[in-house]
Amino acid sequence: MLDADFFRRWMTTAAASVDREADRLTALDSAIGDADHGSNLQRGFRAVTAALEKEAPDTPGAVLTLAGRQLISTVGGASGPLYGTLLRRTGKALGDAAEVGGEQLAEALRAGVDGVMKLGGAAPGDKTMIDALVPAVEALGSGFAAARAAAEEGAVATTPLQARKGRASYLGERSIGHQDPGATSSALLIAALADTAEADGE
Amino acid sequence: MSEEKRVGIVLVSHSAEVAASVAELAKGLAGGAAAVPVAPAGGVEGGGLGTSAELVSAAAASVDRGAGVAVLTDLGSAVLTVKALLAEGDELPDGTRLLDAPFVEGAVAAVVTAAAGGDLDAVEAAATEAYGYRKV
Repeated sequence: MLDADFFRRWMTTAAASVDREADRLTALDSAIGDADHGSNLQRGFRAVTAALEKEAPDTPGAVLTLAGRQLISTVGGASGPLYGTLLRRTGKALGDAAEVGGEQLAEALRAGVDGVMKLGGAAPGDKTMIDALVPAVEALGSGFAAARAAAEEGAVATTPLQARKGRASYLGERSIGHQDPGATSSALLIAALADTAEADGE
Repeated sequence: MSEEKRVGIVLVSHSAEVAASVAELAKGLAGGAAAVPVAPAGGVEGGGLGTSAELVSAAAASVDRGAGVAVLTDLGSAVLTVKALLAEGDELPDGTRLLDAPFVEGAVAAVVTAAAGGDLDAVEAAATEAYGYRKV
């Protein structure tokens, strides 16, 4: 079972990963966006880490809800409300349970991803974070490692796609040939989840 | 002007200057606009381009007179931030609504309608109708 501490470590692992990969995310974003994805997410996840240290929420749902709120208020770009909605919806779906199982997490993440699709209007194949998140949620039933692999494959598979949502969609065909920064950071978030589970021996 | 409550207007842009200038423009073009509470929420704290949830929440609270708050946005993260805040339920005043409208023309229509005493539905209708104003 996964407790609040597990979810707190997922978020701090994700923050460390965003720190490490910020330059790469920004480089991807400079090709088809406005070159701020890495620094925006870095600011957001630093705020998440600080808030979790300060408030120490005691349920998995409360950890994700607080993290999502921080991302909405601190990121400054579209990824703030999108990732914020992902974590908040997932957190709300987990409810007040002190511990949750893998299946419950998979269901809650599905609700979170649905919330992101509704907010941004993106569908699979639009070259967005959805292209990493949907396969990850589908694979989560087979385990955390499968979810990580599916998210990474989904992110890589955005390269030949033409963007149909967000800033990159203004580029039309010129968006083809670049991996989507949002799908890439989504894969980092899922990889952080798998890393946290593996460190636990889950 | 009567004592009736006016709809509040919030203008959310990636740029602080754009939000403030459109607020000034809309108020300047609307007769009696002094009675309409209009607040810009542009850029991020510290002055860069982007959208600040905090600035949006503060602007909405500052123009809420109990008759509803109409929010107009430019694009991208401005739209998504307002939608995410509305989905939260407790981040914006009761009766806050995101209008589907062009930013500049919609802001003028919204402020004019609110100045004339229009309610939130009337303000929304006027702002949305601004999409129909063809220039060529």
